[in-house]
Amino acid sequence: MGRKRMVAMLLAGGEGKRLGVLTKDLAKPAVHFGGKYRIIDFTLSNCTHSGIDTIGVLTQYQPLVLNTYLGIGSPWGLDRRDGGMAILPPYVKQKGGMWYKGTANAIYQNMGFIDRYDPDYVLVISGDHIYTMDYELMLQEHEERGADVTIACIEVSLKEASRFGIMHVDDEGMITAFEEKPKVPTSNLASMGIYIFSWPVLQKYLIRDEANRGSSNDFGKDIIPAMLQDGVRLNSYTFKGYWKDVGTLESLWEANMDLLSEKPVLDLNDKNWRIYSVNPNRPAHYSAATAEIYDSLITEGCIVEGLVHRSVLFYGVQVGVDSEVYESVIMPNVKIGKGARIYKAIIGENAIIEDGVVIGDPNKESVTVIGSDEFVAANQSLQEVE
Amino acid sequence: MNSNILGVINLIHEADEMETLTASRCLATVPFGARYRLIDFMLSSMVNSGISKVAVFAQTKYRSLIDHLGSGKHWDLHHRQSGLFILPPVTDDVNEIRRGDLYHFYQHRDYFTRSSQEYVLITRSHMICNIDFEELLVSHKASGANITVICKKQNDLLGGKARKVQVDEKGRITSMQDHYGRLNTDLISMEMYLMKKELLLEIVDSSLAQGQDHLVRHAIMSRLDRLHIQSYVYEGYLGVVNTLTSYYQNSMQLLRPEVWKSLFFEPGPIYTKVKDEPPARYAEGAKTSNSLVANGCIIEGTVINSILFRGVHVRKGAVVRNSIIMQNGIVGENSIVDHVILDKDVTVERSRELRGAEVSPFLATKRKVI
Repeated sequence: MGRKRMVAMLLAGGEGKRLGVLTKDLAKPAVHFGGKYRIIDFTLSNCTHSGIDTIGVLTQYQPLVLNTYLGIGSPWGLDRRDGGMAILPPYVKQKGGMWYKGTANAIYQNMGFIDRYDPDYVLVISGDHIYTMDYELMLQEHEERGADVTIACIEVSLKEASRFGIMHVDDEGMITAFEEKPKVPTSNLASMGIYIFSWPVLQKYLIRDEANRGSSNDFGKDIIPAMLQDGVRLNSYTFKGYWKDVGTLESLWEANMDLLSEKPVLDLNDKNWRIYSVNPNRPAHYSAATAEIYDSLITEGCIVEGLVHRSVLFYGVQVGVDSEVYESVIMPNVKIGKGARIYKAIIGENAIIEDGVVIGDPNKESVTVIGSDEFVAANQSLQEVE
Repeated sequence: MNSNILGVINLIHEADEMETLTASRCLATVPFGARYRLIDFMLSSMVNSGISKVAVFAQTKYRSLIDHLGSGKHWDLHHRQSGLFILPPVTDDVNEIRRGDLYHFYQHRDYFTRSSQEYVLITRSHMICNIDFEELLVSHKASGANITVICKKQNDLLGGKARKVQVDEKGRITSMQDHYGRLNTDLISMEMYLMKKELLLEIVDSSLAQGQDHLVRHAIMSRLDRLHIQSYVYEGYLGVVNTLTSYYQNSMQLLRPEVWKSLFFEPGPIYTKVKDEPPARYAEGAKTSNSLVANGCIIEGTVINSILFRGVHVRKGAVVRNSIIMQNGIVGENSIVDHVILDKDVTVERSRELRGAEVSPFLATKRKVI
């Protein structure tokens, strides 16, 4: 087994409670996104494009769909002889095993996996963010600045800042202080949850953190503050580009809408940075004589006979005659009958919406959600179903 | 699923009447139906019928064939228990390359003798259909025939060319003629032949010994009285795509939902080499009507009665009508194309007007800038 310069550890065990019915039987990274992708495709594709060929994917919550989807990693070019993708669930040891207690504990339990590759660096990322990023550039800065840790940061508005881990940096960009979700933020530099650690340094802190019974074994809450206290060299890497945490229904809906418009901020058509995914084999989509589609994404396998405005249709979706779909995200294989109206909604995989159903309300701001496999009988009117 | 049939897709002496569409590729890899190649329909039918070992006998212009088929993984033909074999001509003498299919079968006889399957199914790539071969085998065994030929009752071939077949009341083939023959019949051969492997090897040897090297024209047509050659009538959708007219007309047939529903889905799905193209993006002013649009397209203009392959860009004010635009084609601002076939990577610059006719669509060659 060859040595690797950097190994990626992808945290994909998130339960995604705030995504409600969409994550009932599904880990958050496996949630559908953008017409044909799942959320985890973005980080996996980033790894491939950044030249990282060894990835441990840490799973925990509802892993069936996610594990089946990931397979041996071929769609992302990760079916390698040396390295490649390894799925790392919690496991039982001789002295008993345990679930991953926190993000740091998940890495601690898999130190053996990392040591097989004897890497200089470990990249810790999570599978629930939408962005495209070259981790190699981040690593170059990490090396240039002689840092022990580099944390990717993005500038957010001060108003939003209280939702994130907020960094304070000196003139050189070295981190001087860190606050987890401050009530009154004094900086707008937010952590993206992307870390590069020099492996010996991380290893030391993981072992020490594990021995501390009072710790919650979390990177943001425990490891980073402990490092700051000890004067470890923590560098901030400022990312300029699109990044979105799709942890809530609102943000998931927004991130899908961000893909629309003439020049979307996140360009899925970028030939130099394709987002790889398991490609379903479906015929080209059919737009009937009665169809009217604009400002939307339509995927192969769809049959559109009605109106689709500012919406994202995943593969295999059918929209019947006289139906109208506005500002909505329609997940794979949803069947919408005739004369239905759908406003600002997320409709889960395989749901069936019969003729004349009205979902959502054009005068309301909130997103209406229909769960996977749900059946909505004809002529009902539904708002904010959970 | 592991069928007792060995699959052969025979590309030797395929028709070459598609003008520039077949200038640098064989008929089997002509793009068709917004994201497929002609050969996908036969390969998928075989795989969906449980045939797990398939040989493609290539003859010329097979770079695109090797590129498209790769390891066979997109058709699930890359496993320990299955396999895809691309078999180009084997010979020391260039003149021999032009010889008939029986000669090339003979050169590759190891492929046949090393396979454990008892039956062999020989097909071509230009018969566009979705067919269950398991049923064919059942019928073949029941009739006790030496060879079963798949046939279709079809009067209008939309400009395609096919062999005519005449059968007796029990379905046994009594005569067979080339497409220009005068036989008065609405039954055509789909160029698919099922027989025991042993019989094929015997036919190869005895025909070559008599200086005959074409399977159908020589070996089968001359043995109609000596062998029991039975017809099997296929009921599903068939497109015979071997001329430019038939290519255009059969493509336009795909815009009828009942046609693509049966062709793409029944009895099984059609597989192809997948690509990481994003969903098609429709801009604010886009209009589409009665069209098939593949992933990766960006539509800012108007698309009517047309087929867009992956990654096509129809710019603002452009109108695409009754046309087929292959992969990565660009139709510039305010340009109009009507009854046009654009091969891969063609760019139509802004404010151009291209018009063909239904009987002879305008055809632009690969990578052309107009």
